[in-house]
Amino acid sequence: MTAWLAVAAPILPPIATPRVDWPTVAPVVAMFGAALAIVLLRALVRHSRRLVDTTSVVLAFAGMATAAGFLFYQWHLVRETGGYQTFAGAVAVDGLAVFVQAIVLGACALGVLLGLGYVRREALELPELLALLLLCTTGMMVMAQANDLVVVFVALEVFSIALYVLSAFDLRRAESQEAGLKYFVLGAFSSAIFLYGIALTYGATGTTSLTGIATFLAGNTLTHTGLLLAGFALLLVGLGFKVAAAPFHMWTPDVYEGAPTPITAFMSAATKAAAFGALLRIFAGSFQLYVSDWRPVVFGLAVASLVVGTVAAAVQTDVKRMLAYSSIGHAGFVLIGLQVANAGASGNRLPGTAAALFYLLVYAVMAIGAFGVVQVMTQRGDTHHALSDYRGLARTEPAIAGLLTLFLLAQTGVPLTGGFVAKLAVFRSAVDAGQYQLALIGMLAAVISAFVYLRLVITMYAPNSDAENAAAEGAEPAPRVRIDPGAGIALFLTAAAVLVLGVMPNWTLDIAHQATQLLAK
Amino acid sequence: MTLVAGLFDISTQHYFVVGALLFTIGAVGLLVRKNTIVMFMCVELMLNAVNLTFVAFSKALDDAAGQAAVFFTLIVAAAEVAVGLAIIVAIFRRRQGVTADDIDLLKG
Amino acid sequence: MTTFHAPPLAASVMTEYYRQYLAVAVFVGAALVMVGAMLGVGALLRPKRPQPEKYITYESGSDPFGTFGQQNVRYYVYALLFVIFDVETVFVFPWAVNADHSGLGWFGFGEIAVFVLILVAGLGYLWRKGLLSWA
Repeated sequence: MTAWLAVAAPILPPIATPRVDWPTVAPVVAMFGAALAIVLLRALVRHSRRLVDTTSVVLAFAGMATAAGFLFYQWHLVRETGGYQTFAGAVAVDGLAVFVQAIVLGACALGVLLGLGYVRREALELPELLALLLLCTTGMMVMAQANDLVVVFVALEVFSIALYVLSAFDLRRAESQEAGLKYFVLGAFSSAIFLYGIALTYGATGTTSLTGIATFLAGNTLTHTGLLLAGFALLLVGLGFKVAAAPFHMWTPDVYEGAPTPITAFMSAATKAAAFGALLRIFAGSFQLYVSDWRPVVFGLAVASLVVGTVAAAVQTDVKRMLAYSSIGHAGFVLIGLQVANAGASGNRLPGTAAALFYLLVYAVMAIGAFGVVQVMTQRGDTHHALSDYRGLARTEPAIAGLLTLFLLAQTGVPLTGGFVAKLAVFRSAVDAGQYQLALIGMLAAVISAFVYLRLVITMYAPNSDAENAAAEGAEPAPRVRIDPGAGIALFLTAAAVLVLGVMPNWTLDIAHQATQLLAK
Repeated sequence: MTLVAGLFDISTQHYFVVGALLFTIGAVGLLVRKNTIVMFMCVELMLNAVNLTFVAFSKALDDAAGQAAVFFTLIVAAAEVAVGLAIIVAIFRRRQGVTADDIDLLKG
Repeated sequence: MTTFHAPPLAASVMTEYYRQYLAVAVFVGAALVMVGAMLGVGALLRPKRPQPEKYITYESGSDPFGTFGQQNVRYYVYALLFVIFDVETVFVFPWAVNADHSGLGWFGFGEIAVFVLILVAGLGYLWRKGLLSWA
């Protein structure tokens, strides 16, 4: 062995180690460190479950606060110096990365808040849930920063694998198991497709670095684009699965319905943000030169998502399923932004990337709010989310009905809510880019989807004759809905955010706009 | 002799074709088979087909990055096996069967 | 077309290359002949007295049941642990062969130490959860 080493030694050149830029990875390290600390705490401290639970919550919030602080620092750094690359070009620190990471981190915090009460009600393990949520968020944050397709893939898998476990977290409930298995099989399928896309793109361009790909495509005219375009298509399919864009949405309703509700809330918001962050970076960034090749495909995906999201949601009788289908529709609206990603970058026009980022932020808040209300409404065993369970809610629980109405109106796109501004921004960017057809289809979908949301609102405000008859006959009234403190804080924050983003959107829109202009060079 | 040598002359293109075939077999198998364990093996087949493609491209391009990517794929595949089998075993403990047709609580 | 044994070899060298495989072919042929001879001569010489009992799996009488692949579930944990720790070696091995002469130095040691420590944390969790004891 030593002899072999001695022979091999002169041949091998020294390996250049990348400079470790700690502030760049500090948010990720803080989140991962907190998750690891929770796992170790759970393993080592066995005498007091209460102590472990309390400390894990403190650790989780400490990790998230540290990450948020470093993100804030990164944002200022990026604003001063512009976006930059580090870790030998594998990681990008720029406006897009910071914005998406902020959305994901916020979704994680709200998911933890919602999860606290849920875990207590369902008698599940709190430390494991927190550790998995933090690990999942770590993967998503890396994905937002990734500037190399292999890093994108590893990040995608880190958060996907954590999400498979989280979907199946409530192991005693068969629905949760089933959601985990279905998500796992289809998720692994989509990951494999995404990976094949990476391999083909690597074969066509000779590199997996996103910057390298852009440079290669700018400097070389390919005589045979088949390999490259096949790579694009497979990458788009793989990420299309993750953002739940039609026709790759088959898993969405089942998984969203079966997964524990706080996980559904987190997953719907954060996965979309992370995967769309990668889509924007890959397609609007590296593949921009071939925009005429991928634009029609994204157009098709957007239209399909809008149609499936609105039409299928209209016939659902389960509120969680209905919100899952509406999540597919929202993916369609963000895809409109991707479609016109860089088209409006010049002058006073709104680039599609900025509109997409703003939409992702607003969707995160609306979705977590709506699923949060569903979680409060469900009873032990995560049951009672059929449409009929919401009948007459306005009379028995006016506060909850009001909150859900707010989130549903925001998802419809009613003025004075964030949803209105987000839809307006997406349509404006499409119109600015001259994509009138897409803007028109989007507006039609928004109008039709209003029916879906208003159906639920009307159900809540309709009198519940069954319950009143039962009460008249002296039957036991339905149990009062209890809002635990964590869910209360989460609902308050999301409701406030929906209103603030609707009434004073300019500040956030400006930040989204700036973020898209501070891309890593 | 040149005829025989030509027959055995395996170019990188052959590897891409084998990779694509394996990937297709895996994808089709995943879609048509009912047993979750077999579906699971099909995913592994797809990942390994990609590995083959990566290594072939790495050789054709004379670039080690493709081989390094295979390491990451291997690790990810192992992690997926762990989580996937754990979920399957959890379901198996409950209902003594892992056929995809039995898993039909969620639909609408 | 790039080939896996570039640069192109002269015909004589190619012949030599394939001659090395001749031994394999001879081996395969010899194996086939030997097995064929043993089974074939035996089949010719031995008396044939067919009885249905000869075709069941256990002549002691207990009928085999169940289908292929139904192992006890508890073994899977060990299989998984093996797979995971075995595969992680893929990252440790390149570091180990390059550790002392590639300029990786303490940076490389730190990286691999963090990697192994994270794995150890996972192992510790499994241990305290009781997954390593024979349940």
